[in-house]
Amino acid sequence: MKYINKKAKRILILFILLFTSIIFVQCADDYDNGNAIVPDPTCDDGIKNGDEEGIDCGGSFCPPCGEESIDFSGVFVQKDIAGRPGANIFFGASDLLKDIFNTTEVSNREEFQTSFVETLEGYHNIYAVAMELPEEELNYETNILNWDANTFAKIMARFDALQVAPNGPTTYYDANTNMVFTGRKLSDDSIDITLMLMFGGTDGTRFDGNNGTPQLTTDAVDSGNRDFSLPFPYLEEPLNE
Amino acid sequence: MKKSKIIAAVSGISLLMLSLFFMSSDHLDSPSVTGTSSDIADFYAFEGDNPDNTVFVTTLQGILNPGDVTNNATFDEDVLVEINIDNTGDFIEDLVIQAIKRGDTIHFFGPTVPLQTGLESEIVTTGEYHFVRISTTEETFVKNENGMSFFAGPRRDPSYFDVNRFNDIASGAAAPDGFFPPTEANDFFEALNTLAIVVEVPNAMLGNAPTHVLETEGNINGLPNAYNVWVTTKRKK
Repeated sequence: MKYINKKAKRILILFILLFTSIIFVQCADDYDNGNAIVPDPTCDDGIKNGDEEGIDCGGSFCPPCGEESIDFSGVFVQKDIAGRPGANIFFGASDLLKDIFNTTEVSNREEFQTSFVETLEGYHNIYAVAMELPEEELNYETNILNWDANTFAKIMARFDALQVAPNGPTTYYDANTNMVFTGRKLSDDSIDITLMLMFGGTDGTRFDGNNGTPQLTTDAVDSGNRDFSLPFPYLEEPLNE
Repeated sequence: MKKSKIIAAVSGISLLMLSLFFMSSDHLDSPSVTGTSSDIADFYAFEGDNPDNTVFVTTLQGILNPGDVTNNATFDEDVLVEINIDNTGDFIEDLVIQAIKRGDTIHFFGPTVPLQTGLESEIVTTGEYHFVRISTTEETFVKNENGMSFFAGPRRDPSYFDVNRFNDIASGAAAPDGFFPPTEANDFFEALNTLAIVVEVPNAMLGNAPTHVLETEGNINGLPNAYNVWVTTKRKK
């Protein structure tokens, strides 16, 4: 610095001030951007800065203050489980069965396959009665994926997990690309897809409300005004009153 | 009574019981978990905005009305949320991502090999570890570290379903019509919030994916290899 004359020094200081103010304005802009907050990477610098409540603790990004070491010990026991949407909703038949399902390992579900077949037929019996047909005349029909009742029940009961393909596309079902269970996006209408697999028969339209049939292949609701195009965390902010 | 006998006995009366369905899912779960802090509402897994990543979304404690109910909803320090990843095709978890609340923060462990598989878990504190402050209805906090992203807090419920009409269908009350036409159908979750935990992970952390289960069990060809993933809630003993 000693080689710089006074005028040049003044210009340099001006530049530094100007540059600092630009950075400041940019930061402020980031904070104004919706309610997103820019990460503060200073939780291990040994000084209280950012919005820390103590030295390297508290605030938006550092561990809570006053906890010398956080206790993560203990044994945790399964209370609930979710794989594919629909396994327990559509096939769980009773609260007792659902409780057993929820506290069972995915790899230990052979016993549910039979009850899932019975439940599938049970839905059809309801409509046989309502349509004044003998129950044996209205049964589950092999679905659009060519699954008979046993195969369908086996997949829903014994292999109840979301499949997710690391090399995409990830979709619950896309008839155009013949992709089935390669993921579950927020926008996938997994309810309608499951209903279609349960009640749609070989072409997916068996009980679609036409020709005197009950409407069982869609619940007729879509995602409405939800926005599924958002960046991480991908979900909309909570609704206010 | 042996579990198999219970299942056999219960499934016989299954359709009568369908009418007693409670809301929440699993969003339509049994009363013993519905409305508790260990109640899973829904689970999603999809490709991230970065196509080399997979996103896991778990919603908990569904049916939160906007306002005080949402503002007062909290995660439970005794409930471990565990994302299970099977990358060998046997439907046993090979990797887990564990999330648990301490103070105003959710702590994340993994993806890591679990200390044990099955119904009981302990937290694996020796591997990948991150945390994010729990968001509120006013402020959103996101943590991006080591290629992963983390979020926990209230969000609008992304599920859509005419739950009430489905209950009528299951009980027989809606026969012979079935679901309503679009003008009468009602999205039960349209005006509700939920508590969400969102984790985005580079696929490189999840290992190679196994052959798609539907190739072997569903007689479908041409599907890409796929992990089998599920989420559990586990309560401290």
